[in-house]
Amino acid sequence: MRVGLFVTCLVDGMFPDVGEATVRVLERLGHEVDLPLAQTCCGQMHINTGYAREALPLVRRHVEAFEGYEAVVAPSASCVGSVRHQYATLATAAGDEELAAAAIALASRTFELSEFLVGVLGVTEVGAYYPHRVTYHPTCHSLRPLRVGDAPTRLLRAVAGLELVELPAAEVCCGFGGTFALKNADTSTAMLADKMSRVLSTGAEVVTAGDSSCLMHIGGGLSRLRAGARPVHLAEILASTVTSPTAVPPAAASTPVTTTARTVR
Amino acid sequence: MTQAGPTPPATFLGLPTAAPPSAPRGVGMLRGDEPFPAAARRALGDAQLRRNLGKATTTIRGRRASVVAELDDWERLRAAGAAIKDDVLAHLDDYLVRLEQQVTARGGVVHWARDAHEANQIVVDLVRATGADEVVKVKSMVTQEIGLNEALADVGVAAWETDLAELIVQLGHDRPSHIVVPAIHRNRAEIRDIFVREMGTTGGVPAPAGLTDEPRALAEAARRHLRQRFLSARVAISGANFAVAETGTLAVVESEGNGRMCLTLPDTLITVMGLEKIVPTWRDLEVFLQLLPRSATGERMNPYTSMWTGVTPGDGPRAFHLVLLDNGRTATLADPAGRAALRCIRCAACLNVCPVYERTGGHAYGSVYPGPIGAVLSPQLTGVTDNPSLPYASTLCGACLDACPVAIDIPSMLVHLRAKVVDADRGAGHRPTAEQAVMTTAAWTMAKPRRWARTLRAARLGRLLGRRRGTISRLPPPLAAWTASRDLPLPPSESFRDRWSRRQASAGGPDGSGGHDPQDGPDGPDGPDGPDELDGPDGRTPR
Repeated sequence: MRVGLFVTCLVDGMFPDVGEATVRVLERLGHEVDLPLAQTCCGQMHINTGYAREALPLVRRHVEAFEGYEAVVAPSASCVGSVRHQYATLATAAGDEELAAAAIALASRTFELSEFLVGVLGVTEVGAYYPHRVTYHPTCHSLRPLRVGDAPTRLLRAVAGLELVELPAAEVCCGFGGTFALKNADTSTAMLADKMSRVLSTGAEVVTAGDSSCLMHIGGGLSRLRAGARPVHLAEILASTVTSPTAVPPAAASTPVTTTARTVR
Repeated sequence: MTQAGPTPPATFLGLPTAAPPSAPRGVGMLRGDEPFPAAARRALGDAQLRRNLGKATTTIRGRRASVVAELDDWERLRAAGAAIKDDVLAHLDDYLVRLEQQVTARGGVVHWARDAHEANQIVVDLVRATGADEVVKVKSMVTQEIGLNEALADVGVAAWETDLAELIVQLGHDRPSHIVVPAIHRNRAEIRDIFVREMGTTGGVPAPAGLTDEPRALAEAARRHLRQRFLSARVAISGANFAVAETGTLAVVESEGNGRMCLTLPDTLITVMGLEKIVPTWRDLEVFLQLLPRSATGERMNPYTSMWTGVTPGDGPRAFHLVLLDNGRTATLADPAGRAALRCIRCAACLNVCPVYERTGGHAYGSVYPGPIGAVLSPQLTGVTDNPSLPYASTLCGACLDACPVAIDIPSMLVHLRAKVVDADRGAGHRPTAEQAVMTTAAWTMAKPRRWARTLRAARLGRLLGRRRGTISRLPPPLAAWTASRDLPLPPSESFRDRWSRRQASAGGPDGSGGHDPQDGPDGPDGPDGPDELDGPDGRTPR
């Protein structure tokens, strides 16, 4: 299948390894992956912050960029959720029925990675090896709007060497919420504190999820506390193999060091 | 029809010539004194409050989940509830007139109030006409919404709350913080102190000597205190959970029986009701009397469901008045993307599952309607410019939509209202806010892929900020709000698109000249990243 990678602006700009991992998993399963360079950002941040006017050109660009792909796959549930549940409404509100129709068509072939693997391809065993203690945080958009269900945990259970530990109160939001993390930073932090304490209670080395945004928030809090547990995107775990394992990323230095991050590692 | 106010309000049930009015300022409890983030910040610092809320919401959540799971037709019940309410909203003009006819035919008197001022004035006049200087009250959200107790106090009429939790709130000179459990923010010890301090003032039966904070003792003290109020009051005031248009029947659903005392003992009963509380037929109650108790308190059946139709000689109140209140509801109805908020049956299931509400409590929302439903209802009743922070008081996690018994898509509505807030701000003509500038710039950057690629390359400079710890711990505003509690990873030395382009180019040509040079622009502080690492099996980049 020719898959268009909807890499998301956050992965593109901040977490290229997650994009790389998504490609590796799909290619390993025999699919041809292409990155349409016309994509930038799906517009979710603008839409969810109330900037519908600014989002509309981004929506139009995104719909055009992914025309012609049999399937579009993203390592993010919230970005897929935006395409699936917000695009057509936004286009209709702007009076652009043609765009709305194109958006509905695109939505029907846009998938979050785990739902694509399990739901569309029917695969749970992707040949991954990841010998670490891992806990899984179901991000709100994968849990509710997308209803990916147990797809991510089925994938994780099939990973050789991986010890999956259940996260208590896993279904509770981590407190990220896009610009909520800035506009309501105190409440966001209060929610993060509770999520972190639950992650730490599992004794996991790694907390994983299907969205880099929530992981950036949870991981940022854990790093600040020197808590040890690290965020690793689901795609990076699935991409890891015996011959080329994904390393657990380094913790931030607990005391300032004079050299670069690379030396620390 | 008894009219109140100078203009016949029936005019705006026809074709309105102007935008329907919002709930007026300066009356009632729909607006807070400060924006949500500031109020939330203070609430978050109250460890006692957070413990109470965490305990209470967890308990109700669990109970609700188990009784909902018992019904295999729950989703169909939800759909039915939503459909009935949507029908009511689509034909509200017809149903309201039918309700008025039925109530009038059965000996009740119907009054129409455009807003809180009119409703309060109607009730004040009705109470004064009886000569009473006190009233007993059934727990009601709508009378809190319009500030009725304050309006009555202004003319020397004492309004006694008889719902146990509302009594605690009233005696504590406090505000309700939850729709169903108004004193959820108080614990037993606090309640005991309030009873001891306040019950004996204003001529009430005082708390017994040596009152403990045992629930039974507290309930007994409240019972003795309230009994005197029930027996002396000649006027009662209630809200309504439902009004059946077909029969003119009003329904109040409560747990203690105190509501029923108010509804049956006094001579005069005045019911204030938001005009969306209608159900078309008696049979429709079947749906809601299943949805409401399971969603609200996690009970299969509601303990005290009182229904009355007009007046019945020799049984119950001799005079019954129904005040139909708009107060921003018609304005809410006018917005196709917002009107579903009027389906709400005030069960508070969305509050109990909301991770934001659980941590901040209800007072932070400023309005008597807190939590997710409050965040969509309050700004619509007042107009978004009076409650601009509420639509942002959510992570859009979606737990509220799943819990809502009438399937109100609160997350989508929040997003819709955020756009109204931004547009109202832009329309106001003042200088663009910092947020607007950031959002506009971001959209501009993302409008063209080459511009976006260049921006990501420039972002590598951000690596300088975290060279000491290998992560970024401090940023200037507005990102200081992020780094106050969270580190930020270093930007990678190469964006994904540059990495991809370079890989495609090296696969297609000997020197990668087919694409742009991914190494143009400044190198990060780590120096150039070798192609060996970037092309390695996992393409790891230090974060």
